[in-house]
Amino acid sequence: MTLLAIENLSLQIGTLPILHDISLTVNAGEIVAITGESGSGKSMTALAVMGLCPDGIQTTGRIVLDGTDILTTPEPALCALRGNEIGMVFQEPMTALNPVLPIGTQVAETIRIHQSVPKAEALRRAAAMLERVGLPPDRFPLNRYPHQLSGGQRQRVVIAMAIALRPKLLIADEPTTALDVTTQAHILTLLQGLAQEFGMGLLMISHDLAVVADVADRIVVMQQGRVVESGPTMAVLRDQTHPYTRALFAASSHQVNLPAPPAPAPLLRVQNVSRSYAQPRRSLFGPRGQTLAVRDVSFTLNHGERLGLVGESGCGKSTLTRAILGLEPVQAGEITLNGAPVWTDRHANLTVRRQMQVVFQDPYSSFNPRHRVDRLITEPFHLLDTPPQGAERWAKIASALADVGLHPSDAHKYIHQFSGGQRQRIAIARALINDPALIVFDEAVSALDVSVRAQVLDLLADLCRKRPLAYLFISHDLAVVRSITDRVLVMQAGQIVELGPTAQVFDAPSHPYTRTLLAASPKLPDFSDRSLTHAP
Amino acid sequence: MTRYVLGRLVSLILSLAVASVVIFSVVEIVPGDPAAYMLGINARPDTLQALRVELGLDAPVQERYVAWVAGMVQGDFGISYTYRTPIAAMIADRVWVSLPLALYALTLSVLIAFPAGVFAASRRGRLGDLGVMGSTQIGVAIPNFWFAMILVMIFAIKLRWFPAGGFAGWDKGLFAGLKSLTLPAFALALPQAAILTRVMRSSLLDMLGEDFIRTARAKGLSRRQALWRHALRNALIPVLTIIGLQFSFLLAGGIVIEQVFFLPGLGRMIFQAISARDLVVVESVVMLLVFLVIMVNFVVDLAYGAVDPRLRTAR
Repeated sequence: MTLLAIENLSLQIGTLPILHDISLTVNAGEIVAITGESGSGKSMTALAVMGLCPDGIQTTGRIVLDGTDILTTPEPALCALRGNEIGMVFQEPMTALNPVLPIGTQVAETIRIHQSVPKAEALRRAAAMLERVGLPPDRFPLNRYPHQLSGGQRQRVVIAMAIALRPKLLIADEPTTALDVTTQAHILTLLQGLAQEFGMGLLMISHDLAVVADVADRIVVMQQGRVVESGPTMAVLRDQTHPYTRALFAASSHQVNLPAPPAPAPLLRVQNVSRSYAQPRRSLFGPRGQTLAVRDVSFTLNHGERLGLVGESGCGKSTLTRAILGLEPVQAGEITLNGAPVWTDRHANLTVRRQMQVVFQDPYSSFNPRHRVDRLITEPFHLLDTPPQGAERWAKIASALADVGLHPSDAHKYIHQFSGGQRQRIAIARALINDPALIVFDEAVSALDVSVRAQVLDLLADLCRKRPLAYLFISHDLAVVRSITDRVLVMQAGQIVELGPTAQVFDAPSHPYTRTLLAASPKLPDFSDRSLTHAP
Repeated sequence: MTRYVLGRLVSLILSLAVASVVIFSVVEIVPGDPAAYMLGINARPDTLQALRVELGLDAPVQERYVAWVAGMVQGDFGISYTYRTPIAAMIADRVWVSLPLALYALTLSVLIAFPAGVFAASRRGRLGDLGVMGSTQIGVAIPNFWFAMILVMIFAIKLRWFPAGGFAGWDKGLFAGLKSLTLPAFALALPQAAILTRVMRSSLLDMLGEDFIRTARAKGLSRRQALWRHALRNALIPVLTIIGLQFSFLLAGGIVIEQVFFLPGLGRMIFQAISARDLVVVESVVMLLVFLVIMVNFVVDLAYGAVDPRLRTAR
């Protein structure tokens, strides 16, 4: 039975078209996923179904939910629908909850806004719903505040709010993008289970083809505001009739062509490093507790080697990275680069620091918007005793930009004139300009669309073919780490639990935690042997 | 919550201790002789010596500090050199003008700013918003003494609803007291209300753009419900900061308005003490004002704790 039918939906803001002629359906109990890259109109489609589009948009077409056309329904009637007939789960669980209200009140609010039930009764039902999503009241009392919960737990609260009245349709917009892989797996299982149990239609939006392949019955591929392909998941992924679907699939499972690493010669040595942070005092004069973020970590990174570092949030990846970059001292152990310590006498050792650079995750916030590119990428010059001046400086800028596939004239532009992928190239140019021996990539491709990510990964492979570069590649995305690294470190609770050649660790993990991580990580179906697969 | 309150209390006591040391040092230790300063350059040596003994300047510094603090804790602020009367009595008279005036003005400011800010934020970019924002521009720009004189001309001289100046005293009844404070309170409140309205509006608009407002709308709350139930309490946090600052300003900063309305307030008292070089009074009144400001900040901190659960449990 068709629950939601979007018929020829077009949407524009002023004269700027956002969606063109979108049509799709969701049946009761069915999971439909919309996938595509940023700017494809996925989220706007979801907001249109909720009737929550920004002010000043013009729409044509129909969005029919169980016989009601959302686009012609007046606002008060839409308020009665939202939360009651349609629920929605958002991407960012850290900010989706009101920080000043307890979770029980927030879940109960969904009930109280639509039904006149006493507060105690609403709270009782909220408790039952929280229990259903995996937050039993004995461990997660209703008076907990959002900041007392982890990201995954908060997402469960958001889900409990959305399904408290058992809506016919649940919309989940990138519900697991901000979560760790193991948490992601739990949330996806929960959503699937709920859809089945309540006979609820689930419209899921995800940029991650592997997630979509795992959970969706049908998928809708969108590109620049248009539906380019839709159909049963396996059929779409196997046949890939539209070139864009093919490109997405190829980019998602992109394998880079890494040159073989040179013969092992130690570059970075991390020996028995521990780093702890003081906790806030429990009493006025009592001793301060310590949080051991990194405990007794040792490894070696060789010249020209690409080393991966994987682990979930809070495992100590960032602490370790900061220590390696000489941004913070360590309490025990030593970190050396080419035999020289990165931290000497209460400050970072500059002669070592200039041999290391870092590329961060967010290409939008890691640049000063008021500086031109030439100034941005020459920032590492402050590490040099005699920074290049004049023509020599411009030669360096031009060469760094050319190396990352940009034009030297881009040096005169501001950062807002570039796309996310180009910005990440500029970040890499900034890292290259001092000819470092080691570049640390801290989730450097996580914020990029799959096609852009594939290009940046190719660029990284190219660069280490041309220059004697070693990479420390930190990522939660196991597929990316697998394709770009020679060896991989797995961290859990501040310790290295597994270290070995990438292929070996991924194919035959020896530590149970590595096995858990790999099992939780969504994988694209392998259609390399097409004769074995059948349409569902 | 208990831990949070205790933490704030410790900070309050430490602030008071530091403030008292600073004020004492500035007035009594840092270069020059207070007695010489008070008497001027033509003072005779024996008069100077007599004043030194009277002020107790012949005692060691630590002893003087302890005596000063101990005196204040017991309500003894010393004797004014100019008026030869106990400072505590002088302060007591004036605190009962300045404190109610500041509270009155602050109440008016909040009563004007909250509805105006909420109204403007809920009609962002529309005519109502533009009207409120335009009025706040005027409110910030008008000097309060000029506004005070306009109020006097209309409400005291023309309509004769309120007295043009002076303070009736609380012994004539609450109503008479409030009546003589009404025009000054309005004059003080106008610019404060204008500023507070703008803060309230921008803070609310920030909150209305937050993800949890979208979540609330997805639950079925209307725009208005989302604003009242979810945005308002979060928006209060920056507003409380401004209210705290405004109250501190109103306590002592009302001196121009006190002059316009001939009110015997703390602002005038400290101004006169400085003109008369009566350091004993200056020292005590400044300490009292610091005490009041720190108390206000303590109350604001408690209000933060009440509004934001993250502060209560963060430690």
